[in-house]
Amino acid sequence: MIDLGLIRDVLSWAAFLTGGAFVLTGSIGMVRFPDFFTRMHAAGVTDTAGAELILIGMALQAPNWITVVKLGFVGAFLFFTSPVATHAIAHAAWVVGLKPMLGPELEREDAE
Amino acid sequence: MQRIIILGFALAALWLLLSGYFDEPLLLGFGAASVILCVWLAHRAGMLDPEGAPGGVFLGIFGYLLWLVIEIGKANLAVARQALAVEPKLSPKMIRVPAKQTTGVGRVIFANSITLTPGTVSVDLGDDSVLVHALTQDLADEAALADMGDRVVKIERRPV
Repeated sequence: MIDLGLIRDVLSWAAFLTGGAFVLTGSIGMVRFPDFFTRMHAAGVTDTAGAELILIGMALQAPNWITVVKLGFVGAFLFFTSPVATHAIAHAAWVVGLKPMLGPELEREDAE
Repeated sequence: MQRIIILGFALAALWLLLSGYFDEPLLLGFGAASVILCVWLAHRAGMLDPEGAPGGVFLGIFGYLLWLVIEIGKANLAVARQALAVEPKLSPKMIRVPAKQTTGVGRVIFANSITLTPGTVSVDLGDDSVLVHALTQDLADEAALADMGDRVVKIERRPV
């Protein structure tokens, strides 16, 4: 007889730990990357893999299906709104003329 | 009329799933009233256009989302590797990717997909192209981004 609760715990802990690792990695990247645009990519790791894996872990621990559905809504809304916010910030930086560092030498030059 | 029905069903499903009440007539009545009010307000505000209630992309979107989730997973690993590398090999690049989508919804899906994929952010939308900032040379893969654009074109062309 396989213990379903144990399998559920193991899977949700795996999701929590990998999700947490991605959040941490994104934060480390945000500190280590050199300029505004590259840091934005590191934040993307936290937004997608980190947040969604933690939500999956929570869904596996949920006491009833309605909670799973609500967590699904949270995940879906994060999935659709976080790129809008990221684009708004990147576009604002671009419009005011912030030049990204380009190439392997990370030189700041005119992009276009 | 079609869009009124689509929006009504979507709002009713959202209300039911968020409230969790399935057998309380009074509360269900309030829910129905709020759905009708919202649909009426959306109709009155002229929001029931192809952008406000995009029924056209609905059939193909699930297959596309599944594909996108796998792509996002792969890109996450690539960016995470750079973030944790002892000496990150970054070579940021700006590229222009053609955006052949004909509808506003299609263009939004394409630009959002680019931004959602770690390592690429859509910085500026032109008339028929997207300006993308990519983290490394490998992630600035114009062929892969053009392929993503073609997939969006495919789902947006489905009939309503």
